[in-house]
Amino acid sequence: MAGTTLVPPGRHHKRTVSDQQKRRELALQRQKQGRRDLQHHARQLALNAPNEEQPVDLAEVNSAGSASEDAVFDYSERDEAEIGMEDAESSPESKRAALLEGARLKGLRAREFFSRQLMLPEWMVDIPPYLKKDWFIMPRPEGQRCLVISANGVTLSRQRNGRILHSFPSALPNGARTKEVAAGSHVYCILDCIFHAPDKTYYVIDMMCWRGYSLFDCTAEFRFFWMTTKLAETGALCDPSAHHHYRFSVVPVYECNVSGLQAVYSGPVPFVRDGILFYNRHALYELGVTPLVLVWKDAQCSQYLLDTDSHGNVPAYQQVVLELNSDGSVVTSDDPPVTLGALAPDFLEQNALHVRPGMLLRFAIGDQGLSLVEGKPVVADIHFQGVANKNRARRADTCTKILFQYAARHGALTVNDLLAAIEASDEEGDTSMG
Amino acid sequence: MALEVTQILLNAQSPDGTVRKIAEDNLKQFQEQNLASFLVSLSHELGNNDKPPESRRLAGLILKNSLDAKDSARKQELATRWVALDPNVKGQIKTALSQTLSSTVADARHTSAQVIAKIAAIELPQGEWPELVGSLLANMGGPQLEQPAHLKQATLEALGYVCEEVSAEILAQEQVNSILTAVVQGMNSSETSNDVRLAATHALYNALDFAQTNFENDMERDYIMRVVCEATLSPDVRVRQAAFECLVSIGSTYYDKLAPYMQDIFTITSKAVKEDEEPVALQAIEFWSSICDEEIEIQEEYNGDFSGDSEVPYFQFIKQALPALAPMLLETLTKQEEDQDLEEGAWNLAMAGGTCLGLVARAVGDDVVPLVMPFVQENVSKPDWRCREAATYAFGSILEGPSLDKLTPLVNVALNFMLSAMKDENNHVKDTTAWTLGRIFEFLHGASLEAPVITQTNLPLILAVLLESIKDTPNVAEKVCGAIYFLAQGYEEGGQTSSPLSPFFQSIVHVLLATTEREDSGDSRLRTAAYETLNEVVRISTEDTAPIVMQLVPVIMGKLNHTLEMAVLSSDDREKQSELQALLCGVLQVIIQKLGATEVTRYGVVQYADQMMGLFLRVFACRSATVHEEAMLAIGALAYATGVEFGKYMSEFYRYLEMGLQNFEEYQVCAVTVGVVGDICRALDEKVLPYCDGIMTQLLKDLSSNQLHRSVKPPIFSCFGDIALAIGEHFEKYLIYAMPMLQGAAELSAQPSVGDDEMIDYNNQLRSGIFEAYSGIFQGFKSNKADLMVPYAGHILQFIENVYQDKDKDDVVTKAAIGVMGDLADTLGANAAALFKRTVFFKDFLDECISSDDQQLKETAEWAQGTISRILSA
Repeated sequence: MAGTTLVPPGRHHKRTVSDQQKRRELALQRQKQGRRDLQHHARQLALNAPNEEQPVDLAEVNSAGSASEDAVFDYSERDEAEIGMEDAESSPESKRAALLEGARLKGLRAREFFSRQLMLPEWMVDIPPYLKKDWFIMPRPEGQRCLVISANGVTLSRQRNGRILHSFPSALPNGARTKEVAAGSHVYCILDCIFHAPDKTYYVIDMMCWRGYSLFDCTAEFRFFWMTTKLAETGALCDPSAHHHYRFSVVPVYECNVSGLQAVYSGPVPFVRDGILFYNRHALYELGVTPLVLVWKDAQCSQYLLDTDSHGNVPAYQQVVLELNSDGSVVTSDDPPVTLGALAPDFLEQNALHVRPGMLLRFAIGDQGLSLVEGKPVVADIHFQGVANKNRARRADTCTKILFQYAARHGALTVNDLLAAIEASDEEGDTSMG
Repeated sequence: MALEVTQILLNAQSPDGTVRKIAEDNLKQFQEQNLASFLVSLSHELGNNDKPPESRRLAGLILKNSLDAKDSARKQELATRWVALDPNVKGQIKTALSQTLSSTVADARHTSAQVIAKIAAIELPQGEWPELVGSLLANMGGPQLEQPAHLKQATLEALGYVCEEVSAEILAQEQVNSILTAVVQGMNSSETSNDVRLAATHALYNALDFAQTNFENDMERDYIMRVVCEATLSPDVRVRQAAFECLVSIGSTYYDKLAPYMQDIFTITSKAVKEDEEPVALQAIEFWSSICDEEIEIQEEYNGDFSGDSEVPYFQFIKQALPALAPMLLETLTKQEEDQDLEEGAWNLAMAGGTCLGLVARAVGDDVVPLVMPFVQENVSKPDWRCREAATYAFGSILEGPSLDKLTPLVNVALNFMLSAMKDENNHVKDTTAWTLGRIFEFLHGASLEAPVITQTNLPLILAVLLESIKDTPNVAEKVCGAIYFLAQGYEEGGQTSSPLSPFFQSIVHVLLATTEREDSGDSRLRTAAYETLNEVVRISTEDTAPIVMQLVPVIMGKLNHTLEMAVLSSDDREKQSELQALLCGVLQVIIQKLGATEVTRYGVVQYADQMMGLFLRVFACRSATVHEEAMLAIGALAYATGVEFGKYMSEFYRYLEMGLQNFEEYQVCAVTVGVVGDICRALDEKVLPYCDGIMTQLLKDLSSNQLHRSVKPPIFSCFGDIALAIGEHFEKYLIYAMPMLQGAAELSAQPSVGDDEMIDYNNQLRSGIFEAYSGIFQGFKSNKADLMVPYAGHILQFIENVYQDKDKDDVVTKAAIGVMGDLADTLGANAAALFKRTVFFKDFLDECISSDDQQLKETAEWAQGTISRILSA
């Protein structure tokens, strides 16, 4: 029982701070977080394991990382890297989960992980049916493709190679640590953006999660609706301020009709245009390359129609990057890979020191060009040029990329072809998606 | 045959060391050779009125210590030893003790009552000594037989102690009824002996927990309450104080039964606060504080949503009493003692009144404001310092609770006044003003507030005043540190590159460092407050002030180095050195954690890693537990910041790590060290392997020890997981030791823990730890030792099911359990398919988790579901 002048338990007179417990708790938090990160990482790798064809080449990731500066200014071969890991088995839900778990990873592991989290377009080498009925179009801003995640009071943008571009406060939900929007860890957003350096603006081209609500399994139509209405409800589209370091802007999406095409092709846009993106309105957000998103450009709507070499010059012959198989064949990065030729056994023997299976090699396409069967190259007149520049190419080219570049040199789809397809589409009286 | 022990007992208290030593050895020898006869002798010594009081007192003390100890393992050992004694011997001892209750020597009666309760604590739960309560009650006499007052007094003491020692469900309701009857009769105003009334009132205090049933019954409750209230009017101040102590306890234990009595209680408490002696008045205020506690808790629990089916009624006693309660408390505020702020641990009427007013504000919110503000305005400028201090204290006390809408305009007006009051001529006024500024910053400042009190305009003035006043006397300076702490805390925003505090950052750091250097800062809490404020300032630093934080590293290291070279001549010096080292290690920990958290600033830590580690290792030579704990925490942060580079320190650091893991007595050190092992595992990954034999051995010893505080055990299991995840397949050799421990703990945690919140909480922690261990082991074995876990899969799945069925599981456990289920499927693959096919619960468990609102849980469950369906469809 209390004596006469003892302070009763739990009572304090003019309590001041005690910091020791806070230190202990913060340390515990850090340890728990560290443990959780690792466990999540282990589980995450497990999730992707069946799709992982080979162990991650850390050196490769590193070198790609160190070359990120190049990547920023090197628009010409940007699309070389637009090959992600396809993750067909994982559900939309787990994709979102993956992104969130990934957000807790650090350093190299995070970069390796985030490098496969975007949906990547095929190149438009022929015009898909029902163009008018089933597709949306948008002008593609020139810049760095980024995954933007706002969570826990901070906004992070990651380039395709997984490296962080910016870490900043933003007016996206839970994107800054201002208490008026104090939100739990369940509030987060994931956006697909292009960072346009000249006006320091993130142009939003797709939305994967909004306020913790997953849009991975929603159609493009719904995602675009959500993207245009929801972003406007926040301050994210406002000018930069103390709690909002970069402006966001929604890239306008048009129906694929004549006026829409004119708008995206030559209408006024606040950014430097780099081609046109086509989205199939029924397409869910898939990771990796998908034929349900297409990119097209010509010299009018892009500064970079033809690939350049590392000095910025357009080579006389089209260059392609292919992977060397152990049997000497060289293949694209498609799944399944497409063989475009083979290196002679005696050549391989002579150069065994420099050229080994699994390496990326650069070839020029000769005068004989490509032989196509059902729109796919079956054999190409390719000439070995050397080992591909590791800083520029991380994977072999895809078929559509090669074909598009090929077509660009030999009579590509023109904007008039697109217009004609749209008009024809009117007459077809599209019925269904098939 | 009892031996003559009187002389030995007297010698054992002799001022002559040699004599004392021999006597102590004799006692020890006697105890070891024949415990039974030793204890009987002691009980006879205690009971014999012809013996000197000194030998009787020591006999009683030794008896008590043979039955009970603070340490729970020792306590258990003593109980077992007592139980094993010959029943005859125990009977003799009990008889002697019971007879001693009627001794005319007060001291002997009192000791005997205590020893009886200790024996009761061992025997009653086992169904032994059933006649105890009856025989005690017989001592109380009755209409036919009037017993002497001293016997009744000692008996009531014994009953009180028994109630204190034994838990409520051990006694039968009829026994409880008889005890309460006896106790309440003893408290009754018709009892003429004040000593009996006092003993009865103390006994009631201990028996209140037993009185659940009696408080349900209106008549019995009315009677008890009447007797307690009457006792608050007793002519004996001790009885009045004890009666108010009972009221305080009733207030929190039987809040829901109080409504009919509140009017009377208000009358007697306000009379006591105004007129009675301080110890009584303090208890009367404490009653209202405890009612506030209850009502604050009820509001928090129901979050303002009171529906008919709320379990606990909310009577709003404080709101109803407010018009009279607030003036009563305000009146106490002017009864300060001179120099009360200089005395640590002081407690008086003004302090209790202000503390209670703060609780009232939290309980009723806005309603308190109009009742307090006139007092503040009337008194805050009066010439008498007591009035100014009281007014300021009242204002500071109501800053938590009322709405921002209500407070902000008031504070906006008051702020400038407060800032100038920091120059008041009176030390107490300045002390309270600085504390009030701290409260303003704590509750009315922060990025989330719509109308913040602190703006770009007044911030420079605020800082100018604070940085000047921190030079005031130590007690004022300490409160100023507190104010700066909360001012900084309000700017806690992540992801910012700059803060409004940035322009002042350098001066704040400078002034805080200067404060730690003050010669008079070591005698009070000032130095601690200054360093702890520095910690908070470092935590809220932004990109633009990171260079200043980096510059702090060598400064703090220099100070730490200096403490190592301090001349330590006395234990006082030693204590000062330890305190300082602990603080400096704390600051370094905060800096390491801050700078280590981002890539850009990490080098600010890493470049000094060698020197820092050198200092920490030297600090371990100091024997203070707090220092070890702080140094460990700092090292954990350093391991996190340096990553695999930390490996180079391991050979030297390892022995301190081991020492920490062996520190059973100061279990906080052990717990912190276990956490650091986790940090090191994550930093070094498989490179931790060479140290794992030692670490695992120590952790297994810790788990087997019944000396180690149980709170350290769950983290040890988690640590198994950290190790397994780091070293992967190499964990194989520990599996045969770790798995039985995990299984044993799992079974232990599955035992029902009825209604004991603390036990439920502990079981949940234990289970989380076990699951984290399993997760780490599964994940670590996944690539090439998965088969090793096949034999355990059934048990683990069963454990998950047990936890799933337990309604007391918390969110953390649920998350960990569902994760382990996924890890099990993921690691064992096809080997687990059959197991899942035979199991039903997992689908429900997954469904429940997937439909949860908790995003993390949902996602883990979705992952687990994907993994399990993959193996089931393969």
